Amino acid sequence: MSQSFDEITTQLKRRHRKSARLKWLSMASLGVALLFLIVFFADMLNKGLPAFQQAMVQVEVNYNEDAETMGRAALEPDIAPLVSRSFERLIPGMIRDNPDLLGTTETRWVLTNSDVDQYLKGHRNELSEDERAAIDERVENEQVEMKFNTTFFTHGDSKMAERAGIMAAAVGTIMTMLVTLAVAFPIGVMTAIYLEEFAPDNRFTQAIEININNLAAIPSILFGLLGLAVFINFFGVPRSSPMVGGLTLALMTLPVIIISTRAALRSVPDSIRQGAFAVGCSRWQVVRDHVLPLALPGIMTGSIIGLAQAMGETAPLIIVGMVAFIPDVSASFTQAATVLPAQVFTWAGEPERAFVEKTAGGILVLLAVLIFMNATAVLLRKKFERRW
Amino acid sequence: MNRILKTTAIAAAAMSVASVAQARDQVRIVGSSTVYPFASYVTEEFGAVTEYPTPVIESTGSGGGIRLFCEGVGEGTPDITNASRRMKPSELERCMDNGVNDVTEAMIGYDGIAFAQSSENDAVELTREQIFLAVAAQVPQDGELVDNPHQTWSDIDSSLPDREISIYGPPTTSGTRDAFEELVMEAASEGMDAYGGEGYTDIRDDGAYTDAGENDNLIVQRLIEDTEAFGIFGYSFLEENSNSLIGSSIDGVEPTPEAISSGDYPVSRSLFFYVKNQHADDVPPMYEYVDMFMSEQMIGDGGYLMDLGLIPLPEDMREQQRQDVSDRDTLEVADLEE
Repeated sequence: MSQSFDEITTQLKRRHRKSARLKWLSMASLGVALLFLIVFFADMLNKGLPAFQQAMVQVEVNYNEDAETMGRAALEPDIAPLVSRSFERLIPGMIRDNPDLLGTTETRWVLTNSDVDQYLKGHRNELSEDERAAIDERVENEQVEMKFNTTFFTHGDSKMAERAGIMAAAVGTIMTMLVTLAVAFPIGVMTAIYLEEFAPDNRFTQAIEININNLAAIPSILFGLLGLAVFINFFGVPRSSPMVGGLTLALMTLPVIIISTRAALRSVPDSIRQGAFAVGCSRWQVVRDHVLPLALPGIMTGSIIGLAQAMGETAPLIIVGMVAFIPDVSASFTQAATVLPAQVFTWAGEPERAFVEKTAGGILVLLAVLIFMNATAVLLRKKFERRW
Repeated sequence: MNRILKTTAIAAAAMSVASVAQARDQVRIVGSSTVYPFASYVTEEFGAVTEYPTPVIESTGSGGGIRLFCEGVGEGTPDITNASRRMKPSELERCMDNGVNDVTEAMIGYDGIAFAQSSENDAVELTREQIFLAVAAQVPQDGELVDNPHQTWSDIDSSLPDREISIYGPPTTSGTRDAFEELVMEAASEGMDAYGGEGYTDIRDDGAYTDAGENDNLIVQRLIEDTEAFGIFGYSFLEENSNSLIGSSIDGVEPTPEAISSGDYPVSRSLFFYVKNQHADDVPPMYEYVDMFMSEQMIGDGGYLMDLGLIPLPEDMREQQRQDVSDRDTLEVADLEE
C-alpha cells in the first residue's frame, strides 16, 4: 500500500462528490423536461379548454316568404347579425325540403357567430357597444348561454370558427389508420416471421436487415414523395383519399412493425421451438402454434406504437394532398379526407382569432387519443408479457 | 393464422378497388395560400346550399397550384387553380404543351401587403426606398454597392425613429415574398443608378431580416411580443389583428381597403383563379361553383369575402370579369405578355 490513509479518504470524498453531482445533474435534466411538459400542457389546456364551450342563442325563427331566398329574413333584425351564418344559410333549404314550415314560427337554440362567442369568453372581438349591450341583456334573460360544444365533435371543418369541428378529421384518421393497419400489419409480421424463423443467415438477408433498419430512420417526408410517385401517379389511387394516405403511412410504419415483431419473436426461448420439433411439428406448425402466440403481446405493442406514430404524422400527407379543407364527414376510402394533425395544421394558419382555441382544442383531442393508444400498448405489455 | 391471410386478402381487394376510376361530381381546386381562405369559404357555402359535395381545396402555393393544374387534362388533375399573381406566359405555354389549351382567367379582387408593427408604437410613415434600404443585402453608398450598413431606422433617414431594424417576413417560397420583392424592392431599386437600372431583390442575411415561415399568424404573434420589430404579411391579417397592430403608410398612403382597391396603396396585388374549361363535361358542378364565386354576395362590395379581408374590384371591373368568365374566354399567351 503506497497510498496513505488520508489520500484514500480524500479520493473517496472526491468520488462521492462526483456521484452526488451526477445525481443532481440527472435530476435537474429530468426536472427541465418535466417543466417543458407542464408548460406545454398548461398552455394547451388554457388555450384549448374554451374550445369545448360554445355560445348559443335562443331565437324565434319565422319561416316567412322572404326567408325562402334569404335566410336572414327569418330572424328578428336585432339578433340576426349575431347568429352564425351557418344556420341562416340553411333556412331556404329547410323551407324547400319541407314546404309546410312556411308561415310557422319556432323557437330554437342556434349557434352565435364567433364574435359573440369570443366576447363571452373574454377574448378580443369586433362587436360594437350596442351589440355587446344586446348580448349582456340576453345573457341575463338566459337567452344566450354557454353550452357544451357538441358542434366541435360532430362537424367537419368550416370557415366559420363557431361551426368548425374535428369530426371529419377524426373519421379521416380512422379510415387512414384502417388502411395502414390492413397493409402494414400482415406484411410486417410475415416479413419478420420469415426473416427470424425461416431465412438462412447469409449476405442477402443481412443486406435486407440493414435496409429495414435504415428505412425506420428515413425522414417521413420521403415516404410522402414515394407515395405520390407510386400510388398516385403510377397506380392512380385518388389524391387526398384515406386510401393513398393509409398506404403512404403503411410504408412508414412497416419497418417499425418488422423490427418490433422480430424482437418479440427473438425473445421466445429456443427451448420452446426445440420442444415442438421434438414431438414432430413442422417448422410452420412451430411458428403458428407456439412461437407466434407467445410473441403476440410484443407484436401488438410494437404495432400500436407504430400506428400512434403514423397517426401524428403530417409531413408525408401534405405531399399526397391530405392537408385539405374538408367540411363534409364521409367514411369513404376514396373520397377526399383529412386527418387530425393536418386539421390542427390548417387551423393554425387561419387569420381569425377564434381559431386559436380550435387549434389548441384539436391538439388536446389528438393528445388524448395518442395517450390512450400508448397506454393501451403499455397495458398490453404489462398484462401479457412473459419472462423466461 | 387464417385471420392474417384474410386481412391480407382484404388489403389486396381494397387496393384493387382504389384503382377503379369513378365519375366525379366533386370539384378539385389547388393553389395560392393567399386565396385559400376566400376559396374555402366559397366551397363550404357551395357544399352547404347545393346538392353537390363540397369541392376539395388544397393550399399548394400559386406556383405549385399552376404546376399541378397544367399537368394535363383528365380525372386526376385539378379543375381550378387559385393564384395570388397572374399566370406567367411560360406557365401557360407549359399548360398548352400538356394539352390544357382552354383556360379561363378570373380576377376576384385585391390583397394588400402590410408593413406593420405593434400598436404600442407610434405610426410610422415610410417610403418604398426607405423599406428597400432597410432590407436590401447591398445598398449604394457614394455610388458604390456596399454591404448594408444600416442598423437603426434613423441611419436611413434621421426623421425615422431610432429603433433597431428588425423585420419578420415571408420565406422565398411564399407568394407574399414574390409580391414584396416585385412591388417594393424592384420598384425602389430600378431608379437607383448603382444597380444599373435593374431590379435588385437580394435580402440581407445579417439578422435584420428574419424568415418567419409561411404562417402569417406566427409573424403577428412575434410582432405582439417584439414591439421593436416590423412584419410583412397579407392585409387580411392586419385587419384581423387591428387592435394589436398598426400598418405603416407607404409613400404617404395608409393601408386601407379603399386605397388598396383604387391602386393608391403601392404594395397591392390582384388575386386570380383559373378554370380548365375542358373539364366542363366531366365535372358538372364546376361552373356552378365558379358562378357562386363570382357572385355579388361573395366578391361584391359588402360581400362575405370582404369580411375575410378580400378587397373588392371596382364595380365595372367586377361586371367585366363576370362577363368574361361566363363567356368562357380562352386565355392566350399574348394576353399575359404585357
